[in-house]
Amino acid sequence: MINTKETNPRPDAPASRDQGLEEVRLRQQAIGVKLRHMFDQVVNEPVPDEFLDILRRADERSSTKEGQ
Amino acid sequence: MSSTGAPPKPPSADDDGFKKELVTLIPHLRAFARTLTGDPTAADDLAQEAMMKAWDARASYQMGTNMKAWTFMILRNQFYSEKRRSWRQTQLDQEAAERTLVAVDDPEAPVALDELRQALKTLPEEQREALILVGAGGFAYEEAAEICQCAVGTVKSRVSRARKALAATLERGGYGRDGKAAGDAMRSILADADRLSGARQS
Repeated sequence: MINTKETNPRPDAPASRDQGLEEVRLRQQAIGVKLRHMFDQVVNEPVPDEFLDILRRADERSSTKEGQ
Repeated sequence: MSSTGAPPKPPSADDDGFKKELVTLIPHLRAFARTLTGDPTAADDLAQEAMMKAWDARASYQMGTNMKAWTFMILRNQFYSEKRRSWRQTQLDQEAAERTLVAVDDPEAPVALDELRQALKTLPEEQREALILVGAGGFAYEEAAEICQCAVGTVKSRVSRARKALAATLERGGYGRDGKAAGDAMRSILADADRLSGARQS
């Protein structure tokens, strides 16, 4: 729609197109924030003990191997 | 540390340093695995296997280089080689995995996060991983290219296509959720992002 009541200060860059681009930018920004939030939620979970147990056992395994 | 008479081990100071750094990466490996598998249990199995592979391959890692990217690459390779082996089983398990994903969702988690997870699932795999690495994992395009073993330009175009597709999917709510008006997903994402960035600033 063309708004005839207001004069466009920049005829080469219609306000509606600027708004459209701004909208797209805002949406991408929002998606980015949510993506990081989703990822960080898992990062911030406490690490299950299993992980450290496995590393500890791996350590023992490799030192007994070397002891033989 | 007491030595128990075992023969002197070669560079164990290196091993200690390696292990310390590996431990700090566990939360990130878990998060990346979760986005690849979509299932918390399978993700932890995958992250544990990747951690072990990294540990076993520690001799080939150069201290001081990017260990995060290196371990992510190991995890990703592990994921795809297992997937190739068991793609049939994966398909059979798909439904169960989706149920699990819904079941473990925090009931108080804002709806927007669930919308985003659903929309992410609709992306082609290579676009999803590129977007996650760059958009959530904090990797530079160059690092993501290293992890995915492809050209930097390929990563850039995948991320850009993923962003557009994701916005379009959220916009129309087109991933088959019942009773939702089009645009609801995007609206809740926008509202929630506002809330989050507001909380961060205050």
